[in-house]
Amino acid sequence: MQPFSKHTGLVLPLDRINVDTDQMVPKQFLKLQTKQGFGRVLFYDWRYLPGEKPNPDFILNQPRYKGASVMLARANFGCGSSREHAPWAVADYGFRVLIAPSYADIFYNNCFKNGILPVTLPDEKVEDLFKRAEKEPGYSLTADLPNQTISDAHGLNLKFEIDNFRKHVLLEGLDDIGLTLKHEAAITAFEQARHPGATMYEPVDAKYSPNQQ
Amino acid sequence: MNPRTMYRKIWDAHVVHEAPGEPSLIYIDRHLVHEGTSPQAFTGLKEAGRKVRRPDLAFAVMDHSVPTKNRNLPILDEAAMGQFSALERNCRGAGITLFDMFSHNQGIVHVIGPELGITQPGQTIVCGDSHTSTHGAFGTLAFGIGTSEVEHVLATQCLSQYASKTMHIVVNGKRTKGVSAKDIILAIIGKIGIAGGTSRVVEYSGEAIRALSMDGRMTVCNMSIEGGARAGMIAPDHTTFAYMEGRPYVPRGKAFQEAVERWKALATDPGAKFDATVTLDASKISPQVTWGTNPGMVTGVTDRVPDPASFHEADDQKAAARALEYMGLKAGTLVVDIPVDRVFIGSCTNSRLNDLRAAARVVAGKHVSKTLKEALVVPGSMSIKAKAEAEGLDKIFRDAGFEWRDAGCSMCIAMNPDVLPPGERAASTSNRNFEGRQGKDSRTHLVSPIMAAAAAIAGHFVDVRDWNVDATE
Ligand code: SF4
Repeated sequence: MQPFSKHTGLVLPLDRINVDTDQMVPKQFLKLQTKQGFGRVLFYDWRYLPGEKPNPDFILNQPRYKGASVMLARANFGCGSSREHAPWAVADYGFRVLIAPSYADIFYNNCFKNGILPVTLPDEKVEDLFKRAEKEPGYSLTADLPNQTISDAHGLNLKFEIDNFRKHVLLEGLDDIGLTLKHEAAITAFEQARHPGATMYEPVDAKYSPNQQ
Repeated sequence: MNPRTMYRKIWDAHVVHEAPGEPSLIYIDRHLVHEGTSPQAFTGLKEAGRKVRRPDLAFAVMDHSVPTKNRNLPILDEAAMGQFSALERNCRGAGITLFDMFSHNQGIVHVIGPELGITQPGQTIVCGDSHTSTHGAFGTLAFGIGTSEVEHVLATQCLSQYASKTMHIVVNGKRTKGVSAKDIILAIIGKIGIAGGTSRVVEYSGEAIRALSMDGRMTVCNMSIEGGARAGMIAPDHTTFAYMEGRPYVPRGKAFQEAVERWKALATDPGAKFDATVTLDASKISPQVTWGTNPGMVTGVTDRVPDPASFHEADDQKAAARALEYMGLKAGTLVVDIPVDRVFIGSCTNSRLNDLRAAARVVAGKHVSKTLKEALVVPGSMSIKAKAEAEGLDKIFRDAGFEWRDAGCSMCIAMNPDVLPPGERAASTSNRNFEGRQGKDSRTHLVSPIMAAAAAIAGHFVDVRDWNVDATE
């Protein structure tokens, strides 16, 4: 995974609460079998008019936000479906930092797996950032993970909280599976003690079942 | 030992490794897999040269994109076809049990897990799907995960997790005639809000929950995620055990009796503390209808579409105004005056046998409104379909003008040809009314199966309590 340490980028203020992952990547794109290329379809139905013409009313298409890499969002960002296609699209579009008052659990967790830093700040701080971003064209923010700060060029400096372990994994770009496999012996011991097998007692109509031998 | 919640008991029994300042490594007993969120996980595994650790604990099914009619015809959607062949290839390669499109046991992943007895009390269950919370109805810790975690479970049979906070939702009293399990959970979400359960595992209890069948309990737990919760659960009892006995993966004879004793011990200890408690009175819950673009935008059938100005927060006012615009509704409209174009009875929320039986009682001897463009019944699994047919439910629905389909997610997510066209309005028994969920620019109202059935007959929403039908699902 791509490590994250410090990032400065143009801020895009997405002024809607409860943005769900169905909006980030609509279902028709869930049939793709790769993790790449989802940036093009991020917020598809909001972003495009029929014939994939960019909708000029949607913020992502406004010239002043072109190249944005820090997204300001409202409460409960990423609710709904567990689809990791949503953070894939967010990252592939070029966003590296999200700032919101709160996130839905699965989406929040998925961000860390994809090198995205989801920063949580209190409502009034986020509100203030929205005002700044809307007022000043080209408004940028810097997210500094080691110091846990969000800062701008005018001296604003906000501290944010983040779980230490998650911070460490993101800073190092660690592979979660690799970390778990270090506990291989403990996993095997657990299996031997509890042995949670899935025994079948009556035939079912399945292909390739290891239970049908 | 201190009194523990059921959640804590299951958690404690699954800790493989823990260290201060780190998430715990917990063991996963059952991993459910579907074609939509798994291909990238198998690819990742392959690229890293890793193997599936416990193929015997994984179960795969094709459900999200499967057609619900003419399954023997070639599938023209190449992308969907690609998903099906990838799933088949991946399962064959790893030796994972696969219920493919032609299996008699095929169905929606959250319907077949319990139906086959794969889901059992006290287990940890995950799936790359947010409605995995459904399985909590059995006293199971079940939650949705992303594709990276699907890969993690395939490789290690474990997940790295922090323990969640807990929430106790107590539904006292008896529901009135015409009020369904769906209305209970919609009323709960209306009360706590769609983020009310964030970072929490919910346990449901109280007289009205105990009185529900397993089908009804699954409906409640299914929509826990719509209240933002990580998982929802209900303590197993005689209803649970009676449902389970004799299912293919459930132990038999003496082993079953021993299992039941273990399962009984899962219930939350008296005096155990929850981080939050919410209480509702079932007798005050009326049939619910959503009017907006998330499941928390919900009201009673006798109410009116709310005025955005009636919300306290500016953000909520904006969201409500936007939702009304998207839904093509005017504030102040009586819910019963809203006409519907299509009706969908199905999804992992409401496609089980008791749901279909209840809906059939409403439509028996009647016919869908002339103004209706389509009315679909999509059973949750092929075996539910077969059982319903043995009872003659298919005939009741067909005679009433409904289409009777094969099992799958269908119009809940519209990844197959069952799509709600732009601008059209549906009464749907599914769980999400997000913008575009059932088709681009489509308008979804979430309701119970009997409310959907009655709306199909009338051509608009009606208070099904006036029809004097038994809601029991
Ligand atoms: S029926 Fe709908 S909510 Fe349930 S698993 Fe399928 S797509 Fe998801």
